[in-house]
Amino acid sequence: MLKKLGIAVCASAMLTAGAIPAQAADKVADELEIFSWWAGDEGPALEALIDIHGKKFPKVDVVNATVTGGSGVNAKAVLKTRMLGGNPPDSFQVHAGQELIGTWVKADRMEDLTPLFEQEGWMDVFPEGLVKLIGTDDGIWSVPVNIHRSNVMWYVPDNLNKWGVRPPQNWEEFIEIAPKLKAQGVVPLALAQNWTANHLWESVALASLGAEKWDKLWTGELPFNSPEAVAAWDLFGKVLDYTNTDASSLSWQQATDMVVDGRAAFNVMGDWAAGYMSTTKKLKPGTGFGWVASPGTNGQFMFLADSFGLPKKSPNRDQAIEWLKILGSKDGSDAFNPLKGSISARTDSDLSKYNDYAKSASKDFSHDRIVGSLAHGVTANEGFMNDFATVMEMYLKTRNSDAAGKAMVSIAMKNKIGQ
Amino acid sequence: MREVSRDRIKAFLTLLPSIVLIGIFVYGFIGNTIWISLTDWGGVGALAEDPQISYIGFQNYVDLFTGFLEGRFRQDLVNAVYYSVLLLAGAVGLGMFIAILLDRKPMGEDFLRTIFLYPMSLSFIVSGTIWRWLLAPQGGVNILPTYAGMEPLSFQWLASKESVLLFNWQNLLGIILYIAAFILIIVGLLGLKRDPNRAMKRWILPGVIIGAIVWLFGDLLPQAMIMEEMHGLNLATLGIILATVWQYSGYTMALYLAGFNGISQDLRHAAMLDGASEWDYYRRIAIPMLKPITISAVIILSHISLKMFDLIFAMTGPDNAETGHPALNMYLTTFRANDFAKGAAIAIVLFMVAAMFIIPYLISSYRQQKGE
Repeated sequence: MLKKLGIAVCASAMLTAGAIPAQAADKVADELEIFSWWAGDEGPALEALIDIHGKKFPKVDVVNATVTGGSGVNAKAVLKTRMLGGNPPDSFQVHAGQELIGTWVKADRMEDLTPLFEQEGWMDVFPEGLVKLIGTDDGIWSVPVNIHRSNVMWYVPDNLNKWGVRPPQNWEEFIEIAPKLKAQGVVPLALAQNWTANHLWESVALASLGAEKWDKLWTGELPFNSPEAVAAWDLFGKVLDYTNTDASSLSWQQATDMVVDGRAAFNVMGDWAAGYMSTTKKLKPGTGFGWVASPGTNGQFMFLADSFGLPKKSPNRDQAIEWLKILGSKDGSDAFNPLKGSISARTDSDLSKYNDYAKSASKDFSHDRIVGSLAHGVTANEGFMNDFATVMEMYLKTRNSDAAGKAMVSIAMKNKIGQ
Repeated sequence: MREVSRDRIKAFLTLLPSIVLIGIFVYGFIGNTIWISLTDWGGVGALAEDPQISYIGFQNYVDLFTGFLEGRFRQDLVNAVYYSVLLLAGAVGLGMFIAILLDRKPMGEDFLRTIFLYPMSLSFIVSGTIWRWLLAPQGGVNILPTYAGMEPLSFQWLASKESVLLFNWQNLLGIILYIAAFILIIVGLLGLKRDPNRAMKRWILPGVIIGAIVWLFGDLLPQAMIMEEMHGLNLATLGIILATVWQYSGYTMALYLAGFNGISQDLRHAAMLDGASEWDYYRRIAIPMLKPITISAVIILSHISLKMFDLIFAMTGPDNAETGHPALNMYLTTFRANDFAKGAAIAIVLFMVAAMFIIPYLISSYRQQKGE
């Protein structure tokens, strides 16, 4: 009896083992697996792209593999285990820039997309500064789908009138008006948990250093313990004096809420805050909420972008390339971005499809000086970003600029920044 | 005799699949993790198809405990100790207290028992989110006093940057020796009644000597680091401990209640007849009888506190160094910073700490079995 059972089990195991590869082999020809962390609010935007692909290739079965979690915390871990296990998806979402280059290009896992960029004429429609930041000397590694701006300061115009202040042009002006706001019981600058401190730091550092020196930090030409870089920490410390004390227990939305509810005057946050305020809070861009480039960074566009790359050994390479073509096309990006609340990386997008904030951001993007964001993976690899979070925590506790500068030097060395 | 050996063979064959699977997937992978922790797998190129990995001995561990950049790990480790100690004290104490109250069969005991046990059925993510809202400095717990017309509390529960009980990591060696001396003396004092001579010789005297030597000549001990680094109990962790105690005291209550119910009522009546008060009954009879339950509660809770991850993630996010925990640090080091070797080293450190709790327990229960 037992023996028979054993044989039956073995036989069925062999059957299924044999059956699965055969089925998969049939499907290979017309399948495309896309790996991303866009679910929930961002799901419809991705669906719009998949729809375009579906119209072009009705027979291809698109597998939409999403792993949820903000900024892809969980998705990235899953992707790493899949790649290490030799099971790459056909194309995956990744923050453009060093987050992609440091992790995947240096590991020789990506295909160079320069031929695709040339063939599709993208060299002319994407800004030059952008192409430089998402590539290396050896090639271009991903197709940017959207552009977000990091250095934006948000406020509510009516509240500012009530308190008798104007949006500051630079941090000196901010530090001048901040005591006036404090005297009226208003928090001058709303801040949330630690990653938003990183986010604020990059806007302050960009203002303190200027675009040239900011870029030089990341090429290794300007050391992190140079007087200029330490001065950025000093300025950051002064700005921190005017933020709320309960920052580390708030989410970024709660910090934005403080501005919307009139408990705080300003908030420096990426332009996903525009989507939050117009969609969730039902405020009208321009009148319900207002924005300027964060103090001292007018004319500079600190960007971050989601992009898709082509891993080597992608099981359905041809389809993956078709997918990338759609992402970079005008139709594709104009279908995706209005839904996602971001702007297109192309300089020729159809602005009538976008809201007022996006129109102004698009205009800035096409003529501003473009620099990369640290907090969102453009200028430094993941190892550095991870360690930077530690340096930031250290600084928030001790407020010691010199020590922060020194710690930055050692984490840059450890993570081979600018080498 | 032949029957027995055939039975044994059958038993062995039945167990074989699970022995093989556990051997590979648990112990094999623990071994693999130990190996990875002794290499330099990490950084740029770590995810290449054929990454270059070389053996570097215990460098990762040395870095973790003495390196300039790993101060965060050390604070995490200190946090983990406080999480464990305070969770144990809180959950065992409160659980026992509630169990004693319920053991006296108040009205609606069944209902109350369910209420107290219920928090445990929630996932840590859910209770973490609720507690984060409750502990928000501008609302929740802090504004409770205003309903009674008082000033709101101003404690920055999860955002506090203060810490107490600070010590300098440089003096690590001295601190470890002090703790060892302390444990020796305590063990000695506990055994004083049973065998005063042995307790003095084997425990108390060495403890006092070690303590005195460290106290007198502590400055001569080698320092763990080149610079001063202060660690302590971060006040921001109190909120997290509060949430864990809330979640687990119902569980220890259930354990104790089952134990109390198992004690014969005759014993209680006999004690009462002999003039024992309620307090005496619990203090001298019931609680000592439940020592095995206390031990298993301690084991279970301590390994829960060593694996704490989701609650902290939900309450203060991944990057809050104030409330960090080695388990979170391990995840971020491995899967965000791509530093696989160091992540493995953190995992092994945690594994060793957990073993410190569990192995003595296994040994003592093994001895008890043999003794019977």
